[in-house]
Amino acid sequence: MSEPLAHVADDTAAVPAADAAHSGRKPWLKGLVMALRIALCLVFGLPLVFLIVSSFKPDNEIFADLGTVNAFLPVGSISLDNYSGVFDRVPFATFMMNSVLISVVTVAAGLVVNSMAAFALSRMEFAGQKIVLGVILATLIVPFETMALPLLWWVNQLPYFDGSIGWLDSYEVQIIPFIANAFSIYLFYQYFDSIPKELDEAAKVDGAGWFRIYRSIVMPLSGPAVATVAILTFLPAWNSYLWPLMVTQSESIRPAMVGMDYFKQMSGSSGTAWGQIMAYASMITVPVLVLFIAFQRAFINSIASSGVKG
Amino acid sequence: MKSLKKLGVLGLAAALSLSVVACSKGGGGQATSTSTGTVELSMWTHNAGNKEELAAIKSVVSDFNASQTAYKVNLQAFPQDSYNQSVTAAAAAKKLPCILDIDQPNVANWAWAGYLAPIEGMDETLSKFLPSTVAKYDGKTYAYGYYDVTLAWVTRKSTLNKYDIRIPTIDQPWTADEFMAALKKLKDSGDFQYPADLATGWTGEWWPYAYSPLLQSFGGDLINRTDYKSAQGSLNGDAAIKWANWFAEMGKEGYIAKKSGSDPSQDFMNGKTALLWNGSWTAVPTRKKFGDDIVFAPPVDFGNGPKVGGGSWTWGASTNCADPAGAQAYLKFAAADKYVAEVAKDTNNIPATDAAAAMVPGFEEGGENDVFRQFAKRFTVMRPETPGYPFIATEFEKAAKDILNGADPKATLDQAVTNIDDNQQQFAG
Repeated sequence: MSEPLAHVADDTAAVPAADAAHSGRKPWLKGLVMALRIALCLVFGLPLVFLIVSSFKPDNEIFADLGTVNAFLPVGSISLDNYSGVFDRVPFATFMMNSVLISVVTVAAGLVVNSMAAFALSRMEFAGQKIVLGVILATLIVPFETMALPLLWWVNQLPYFDGSIGWLDSYEVQIIPFIANAFSIYLFYQYFDSIPKELDEAAKVDGAGWFRIYRSIVMPLSGPAVATVAILTFLPAWNSYLWPLMVTQSESIRPAMVGMDYFKQMSGSSGTAWGQIMAYASMITVPVLVLFIAFQRAFINSIASSGVKG
Repeated sequence: MKSLKKLGVLGLAAALSLSVVACSKGGGGQATSTSTGTVELSMWTHNAGNKEELAAIKSVVSDFNASQTAYKVNLQAFPQDSYNQSVTAAAAAKKLPCILDIDQPNVANWAWAGYLAPIEGMDETLSKFLPSTVAKYDGKTYAYGYYDVTLAWVTRKSTLNKYDIRIPTIDQPWTADEFMAALKKLKDSGDFQYPADLATGWTGEWWPYAYSPLLQSFGGDLINRTDYKSAQGSLNGDAAIKWANWFAEMGKEGYIAKKSGSDPSQDFMNGKTALLWNGSWTAVPTRKKFGDDIVFAPPVDFGNGPKVGGGSWTWGASTNCADPAGAQAYLKFAAADKYVAEVAKDTNNIPATDAAAAMVPGFEEGGENDVFRQFAKRFTVMRPETPGYPFIATEFEKAAKDILNGADPKATLDQAVTNIDDNQQQFAG
């Protein structure tokens, strides 16, 4: 029973072990490692600092400060003008609500659908099982951009709930095509495969059916896989840009990422509103950042256990 | 067991959410009749996020809707940066709106592709518009615009005086020699990061819009305009090679950044550059910053006369519209001088008609912005009105970037010509 979790425990145990090994290092080596760590923190952290600090500055100061350390410091004419400008320019609350709705529903439905598909592939035995898995995995190599136009054509032919034809300009066109996901199925499949099949047999002896095994035995043991899939589904759903751009026409159903384009203007009296772009980017980054910080340990563990990089 | 319940709750939540969102559909569409018999026409604009222009367009729509009961126009605003992708996606799905705005260089391609319907019965009205604001293809008019924009060298009187550089006028622009001598003086002063900024950090349509007029001033062009079949000799002839060598030299000598900052106007206003090659849209912020010290100088005459690009956003009707008469009725209504003035005023762009210019403060004869109108009238060369233009634009951008970064000018332009000629074959006949 503990086997699926063993490698996670190993990973966490590896950290203090590594620290212990490090403690025997020479002081100059420790200093070098620390300096490298700080440098890495700066490389990844400073753009975020720049983003947030710039969101409080007027456009001319953002550019005047470029190339100096002031770019990362809250100095000059600091104000909330850019934030009020964002609310003046875009229906921010609507865009955020749309993004939350689309992301949450995609994740929730994705967890159910993909885990069930993976369960069938991992635990049941049927003709062509390996072929089905192979075909699903093969779709991983097709980039979304190549499928975008055929998918657009396809969703435009499907019947809608109100009897009309075509899903364009709706929420479901932004959700349903992304529920079933080959990568999520593969992650679940890989994890389910590491859960001993003897548990199924014991359950069957006790009279459990497949669904009972899925919901009472396999899923409760698959916490790390659920976390991984949830996070890896949420991020692209939240960051989705090309697809909503193609399928939404009404402002009322646009997600937050498309809203970023509202600030880039060639003409008009103000030109591109850089400060507002920074403010808007800060506001749409914060929820993801909070989510990451809240689930930092689960995120790192799940990435480590699934062998997924960036 | 807890996980099971959570999963159940998640699944239920997802199902409920989907059923809720199933009832939520946006209001996009083309032409539909209401119970009162009014035909609703959908209309798209690229102005989401551009408060001034969007407000002006909303005002035109509102007046049209109030002026009659047969039609009601519903406006949907899209962000400019991704507008073309939204339109082409809608065209692929045959969901174009009845009325839409189109960036002028795309009109020929979209007309050829069957997205746009010709505008009928407006010849007399449109004869009063600046030619660069009326988009034609194959002898038919497909769109008209309320305004145009133009290009200028933005600089300061105090800077030119300090370095003893002549202030050019519309009748006597800088010659190539004068311009290069000015750049050398500015560079030698060491007072600027770069003497000039061509906004090379921008991408896309900016490259052909801003730099093909420089090519044309050398005597070259993007394509041979007699039949639009080939770029041979136009884009790789002696004049074009001279332009390419000059362009490469600008980067090599450090007169311009090979990739300038994201906002060249800000760099100019912060004193990082002395001369800025940019659009008339920079007038508002630069004038606000420098007042009377600002100069909007005409394009340099590199031998074949000063040239600027022409054509901006225009309005037309789609072929998808279920009620074409309604779309044409709106386009006729919206072409009044009053609306031309209103939109141009709110965007600070060049009004398309003389009558409208007289109504917009600054653009009246002798006004502070009249200089832009004069540049547009005297120096405009339209981007080639051929369906192959988007491809030509991409090839030109690629070639110009390569040349600026050290590629062999002749070989690069020859390759661009080969590619363009191959692509143009599909439009023959």
